[in-house]
Amino acid sequence: MTFIENFPFFSILLSLGSGVLTSIMNKKAARIWNTLIMLVIGSLSFVLLVYLLGTGESFTFMMGHFPAPWGNEIRAGALEAGMALFFVMIMFLSLKGGEQHLDEEIEESKINLYYIMINLLLSSLLALIYTNDLFTAYVFVEINTIAACGLIMIRQNGRTIEAATRYMIMAQLGSGLLLMGLCILYDITGHLLMSNIKESVALVYAEGTYNIPLIASIAMICVGLAIKSALYPFHTWLPNAYGNATVSSAAILSSLVSKGYIFLLIKIFYRVVGFDIIVDSKIINILFVFGLLGMIMGSVNAIQENDIRRMIAFSSVAQIGYIYMGFGLGTTMGMVASVFHILSHASSKSLLFIAASGLTDVSGHSKKFEKLTGSGFRNPIAGLAFSIGACSMVGLPLFSGFISKLLFAQAAVQLSLSKLLPTMICLAISTVLNAIYFMKTVLRIYTPVKGNREKIEMPNKGKYTFTLVCMIVINMILGCCSQPIVDWIESGLAIFG
Amino acid sequence: MSRLLSEEEYRKTKAYRMKRWYHGDKDPYISKVEMKPQKPFKEDVELQRKRLHDELILNQRIYDVEHNNKILAFRKFYRFISVIFVAALMAILLYMVSYLPPTGDATNPDNNEVAAKYIEDGMADTGAVNIVTGMILDYRAFDTLGESNVLFIATCAVLILLRLDKNEKTDTTKEEEEENDRLYEPKNDIILQKVAFFLVPLIIIFGIYVILNGHISPGGGFSGGAIIGAGLILYLNAFGFQKTERFFTQKTYKWICFVALSFYCLAKTYSFYCGAHHLETGIPLGTPGDIISAGLILPLNICVGLVVACTMYAFYAMFRKGGF
Repeated sequence: MTFIENFPFFSILLSLGSGVLTSIMNKKAARIWNTLIMLVIGSLSFVLLVYLLGTGESFTFMMGHFPAPWGNEIRAGALEAGMALFFVMIMFLSLKGGEQHLDEEIEESKINLYYIMINLLLSSLLALIYTNDLFTAYVFVEINTIAACGLIMIRQNGRTIEAATRYMIMAQLGSGLLLMGLCILYDITGHLLMSNIKESVALVYAEGTYNIPLIASIAMICVGLAIKSALYPFHTWLPNAYGNATVSSAAILSSLVSKGYIFLLIKIFYRVVGFDIIVDSKIINILFVFGLLGMIMGSVNAIQENDIRRMIAFSSVAQIGYIYMGFGLGTTMGMVASVFHILSHASSKSLLFIAASGLTDVSGHSKKFEKLTGSGFRNPIAGLAFSIGACSMVGLPLFSGFISKLLFAQAAVQLSLSKLLPTMICLAISTVLNAIYFMKTVLRIYTPVKGNREKIEMPNKGKYTFTLVCMIVINMILGCCSQPIVDWIESGLAIFG
Repeated sequence: MSRLLSEEEYRKTKAYRMKRWYHGDKDPYISKVEMKPQKPFKEDVELQRKRLHDELILNQRIYDVEHNNKILAFRKFYRFISVIFVAALMAILLYMVSYLPPTGDATNPDNNEVAAKYIEDGMADTGAVNIVTGMILDYRAFDTLGESNVLFIATCAVLILLRLDKNEKTDTTKEEEEENDRLYEPKNDIILQKVAFFLVPLIIIFGIYVILNGHISPGGGFSGGAIIGAGLILYLNAFGFQKTERFFTQKTYKWICFVALSFYCLAKTYSFYCGAHHLETGIPLGTPGDIISAGLILPLNICVGLVVACTMYAFYAMFRKGGF
């Protein structure tokens, strides 16, 4: 066992421990410590990714003195390490880009509580990525939920409290369904470790003894995680939460928290139930339908919005729909496209949120469209970043959104007509709708206003510009050099099962 | 009137006082317990105008059921659909339950080698007589580490929501403080104080017993901590914040939680690291059944107990007056 194989364990414990440590720090120390931790975990994940791409295999790590079915275990492969690296990067950039707003919108004495939430959120995301045990996953889902709630309500006004309450109710419903699903799965297999459950499930499915409980538990797990990641009919908590929380929180929630649950669902599909059984059980067809509905309805709602932050939030509903539609295709190609879309959406959505905050700052802190007219001239870098994010969401070449749409289309053409046709039609409609509301916004921020065209200087501009440039670069890398990334996802999924 | 005692002596007896109380001649609460008559509520004219305006706007624009078709449709169909939905879900779940393995059957899938090892080797592996404690703090310690962090993050979330930090900009005047009912202390209640005087030490000692015996008998950090927390809350209710603040403030809370959780994290990091590399930790397991035995389980139980007790107390204090 090489030393590098300790890195997932170090990453989880480091962020968990720093959450505790932050509780006795003041604001400044907490911020510096958090930056440091993210850089350390990012570099650990990077080294791990390079190592795992070299070996091309995965490994398990025993958490404690007892081997797997009795003790806990974590597992790392190339896909997990890359996801961890990507999540840490996006979280780091979102925090740096929203730092100014954080100072303005949150009480001075509560900022260290914000960093406790961030550290524990990071540890829970890492644990969801690396875990090989279903109950560990559930424990860290709990941490994730409470941390997300804290991120929403730390900016204390009536709207965020209301949004946090809504989020809490929906997320608890999701957690409850997930827990019931896990209990039933334990009851019919007698295991909590993912690989052992997979063996037992294959046996149970072949014998057909417990087919109905098995299907019910898969359904409950899917619905539970779909509620938590805001698949279309369960998205009602989302627009208020993303629209009113402080901008770093909105970026982290939309690009990481919901993606953590989706990654867990992928893990359950591949490592717990087995992809063949999932496809055979027809449950993915339901996810497919809801995904398609989400793609259309999310965009329709976004067009009706008159508030830029809520518009971006509704666009998230549409993008989550894309990811579930990819699951619903039921092929490895579809899954690869979904995983790529997780990356693509996370990078573009955090970019959009941070850029939109820059645009509203120069428009009298109003999120309404009338006030935003011409803001692209007043804050050029935010205007540019917003346009790039919008192009990526619509799916123009050079940007990451194009590649994910291409991958979805490629995955769909290999299928029978009953899935090919709806996918293609919805992709086309959704792209047009995306273009309508994003291009409308871009045109508006570049419509000159008479008389008032001077630039407004923002304080602390260097850090903000740096963040936006980094995010644009990530987006362009995903869009221009997609082949190695797709290869990485394919090889990662191949050793996943 | 008594035949054995004179009038004067009779008036001193308890029987006489009982009789007077029974006939309603004397109210024992008068001049013993303070009872203020409630002032009639008076609303500021400006505030009242604003409130009425808000209500009007709310009713006209948002809850105008007669003209707002969206709300009308929503209210009509919501009940109908939710009832159908819940009934369908219940039917499906009940149908599913009938296919689950029967309770207590020896051939059930969950009676496998996992449970067998816990029962057979639990004591030898972990040194804990109580198998449950051995499972949660040794076999599956990573889950419990996460679980104690759930408690920690839950308190932090409550702190975000409810903690009142001193804000220099809006310095509250004395009258506002008077109005703020969060600052009111309960009046001294003699019955509660007497009962608490006897009960609180017993409760806390029992809590400590449950924590320290967590690896021997049923109990452990979570249950013992909850008992101690309940004792602290009873003490607070009886004697007020002035007494508890002498030994338990936000600072104490912060440091207890920090020390307990960081000890937990460090100890478990060491033990996970050793376990994964197949090294000996060098922590003796001792004789099963002794108080000092079972390696790390006892200190970890104490840590969990401290965190749980502090969390219980902090929740109560936060909801009561936004700080302690």
